[in-house]
Amino acid sequence: MIYRETGQFKTTYASDQQLFPIVQDRVFVIGLLIFAFGAVPYLGTEYLFLAILIPFLILALAAIGLNILVGYCGQVSLGTGAFMAIGAYSAYNLAVRVPDLNLLVIFVLAGVFATIVGVLFGIPSLRIKGFYLAVATLAAQFFADWMFARIKWFTNDSSSGSVSAPPLSLFGYAIQTPVQQYLFVLAIVCVFALVARNLTRGAIGRAWMATRDMDVAAEVIGIRPMRAKLSAFAVSSFFIGVAGALWAFVRLGSWEPLAFDVNRSFQLLFMVIIGGLGSILGSFLGAAFIVVLPLVLNQLPTWLGMPLSTAMISHIEIMVFGALIVFFLIVEPHGLARLWAIGKEKLRLWPFPH
Amino acid sequence: MNALAERNLTIAFFVLLAAGAVSPVVLGEARLSQWLEVIIGGLMSGVLYSLVALGLVLIFKASGVFNFAQGAMVLFAALSLVRLMEKMPFVAALALTIVIMVVLAWLIERLVLRPLVNQEGIVLFMATLGIAYFLDGFGQTVWGSDIYTLNVGMPKEPKILLENTFEGGILVSTEDLIAALLAGLMVAALTLFFQKTGTGRALRAVADDHQAAQSIGIPLNRIWVIVWSVSGLVALVAGIIWGSKLGVQFSLQLVALKALPVVILGGFTSVPGAIIGGLIIGLGEKVSEVYLGPLLGGGIENWFAYVLALIFLLFRPEGLFGERHIDRV
Repeated sequence: MIYRETGQFKTTYASDQQLFPIVQDRVFVIGLLIFAFGAVPYLGTEYLFLAILIPFLILALAAIGLNILVGYCGQVSLGTGAFMAIGAYSAYNLAVRVPDLNLLVIFVLAGVFATIVGVLFGIPSLRIKGFYLAVATLAAQFFADWMFARIKWFTNDSSSGSVSAPPLSLFGYAIQTPVQQYLFVLAIVCVFALVARNLTRGAIGRAWMATRDMDVAAEVIGIRPMRAKLSAFAVSSFFIGVAGALWAFVRLGSWEPLAFDVNRSFQLLFMVIIGGLGSILGSFLGAAFIVVLPLVLNQLPTWLGMPLSTAMISHIEIMVFGALIVFFLIVEPHGLARLWAIGKEKLRLWPFPH
Repeated sequence: MNALAERNLTIAFFVLLAAGAVSPVVLGEARLSQWLEVIIGGLMSGVLYSLVALGLVLIFKASGVFNFAQGAMVLFAALSLVRLMEKMPFVAALALTIVIMVVLAWLIERLVLRPLVNQEGIVLFMATLGIAYFLDGFGQTVWGSDIYTLNVGMPKEPKILLENTFEGGILVSTEDLIAALLAGLMVAALTLFFQKTGTGRALRAVADDHQAAQSIGIPLNRIWVIVWSVSGLVALVAGIIWGSKLGVQFSLQLVALKALPVVILGGFTSVPGAIIGGLIIGLGEKVSEVYLGPLLGGGIENWFAYVLALIFLLFRPEGLFGERHIDRV
């Protein structure tokens, strides 16, 4: 009853092809955006911004990037952490070595560097598939770990190996407080999500999906596998590189290569799979789930009044996290986005039985 | 790329590798005895990578699951053994650990694999990642997270071989020799099990074709329990050897990550591939670390194996002995 598209006629091609063809979706998304930009900065606490919203938004951006590669183009990658690291360290080097560069330019260039490396490591995908490719992308991960730890030029010869981002400012406005950081990240993520949504429903997105479903068949109907796969690697790495730069500059401030190790790659893959493969919305849902879950698990013993040592809590946390992942995969292998779709389907009739 | 070009490139790859491996001696960069020590050390660690890779290959062959939890299983088995040994004699602890690994295999089949049957490979892979996290947390919650020394009575003192041929001889640790011997025995036993017993034959049938195996009455679920138990036992052996070398600690897990380039180099579906791949990776890694590492700033051990495997896959996408895959529309 609430979610009913009866009576919404599309009389032009433009209205048929618009981003959200159903009025309820449009209202909901606009409402959400107004709430996120207008109300949240006044309502949120510092803890909410720093521990939940900013990590959620940045990781959601990285998850969108990974989803383009894994969910839309079907190329499993375990090297996400490496591309984030490349974004982060390119941004750092640009900020340190090139004076007075605009922050947005830095982020875009960081994405470009990640794209170049991503395409390079995407070349094997033309020959190898599936798990072979997944393991091959681990090469990127371990190579990047080593490169940023050992080659001193990348860390500007810092003695401890950790580097710090300069103070952030955009067009003369400082980005210092949690609220400013939140708004900055939110704006970037919104733009990128829009770009991703439009790319994936356009010609290039259809080429990716055809390659994912069956690459030989896609080639037969005239899709160039090389162009499709490498463009997926390029777009995905660009997103992930920008997310990496944001993660380093806004979230961490100062960091070392360990911040982008193989666990980050797995974490992002979890987000994509739990959120839903091949869904932009799913990337957001998955990121929210993976960001919030450890926080809840961490607090749970305190809420239940069980005094446990910190080490014990962290072990139990890992254990419950693993078990939940398995549980979740069993209950809904298609992810949270699928649950959302089922919910919407139910809302068409609810509260009436027919 | 046709088959001939692929073969030539493969040969060229190995010739290059071999040339790279002997070049330190030929160029006079290293003493022969020291070089031999590096080679032997590399082969020894290669054997141990093979052991972990073996567990991966067994499960992949029988159920098509890429089991990321193998490393966690190694850690879990070693932890169980070492903590049980504090309370009882070695043989009893070993028996109990074997029981634990079999129960674990049964639980995994019951609780994870059976509900996820017919799902895509990536979903199953993520599930094993979940299992890996779970085992990590569970093992350390139950058994504690300190570093434990595992002493199963292997002699520690190094042996000096060929003292007459070289000045100073070659230093080889006895422990490594025994480990290599154990690994060899393990492989032989597995081969016998696969080739000569009824269960082994059933396992091979399942590996070939799930549906065909099921249609002639092979119970898939039981086969999966068996295969996970077997790789649990392989994990236990790997855990004992690695554990007595490095101590039982969290970093044992990372050994599993080294087993990944081994399986893709050797081919996901081949037991001999896991062995030979392990030896190549172990060797290449040690030689490159000792002779090439100083030029690049050290620590290249961590990625060398992956890059080696990646280059190899470029012209031989199914690995050394993997099944050639033909795509049909």
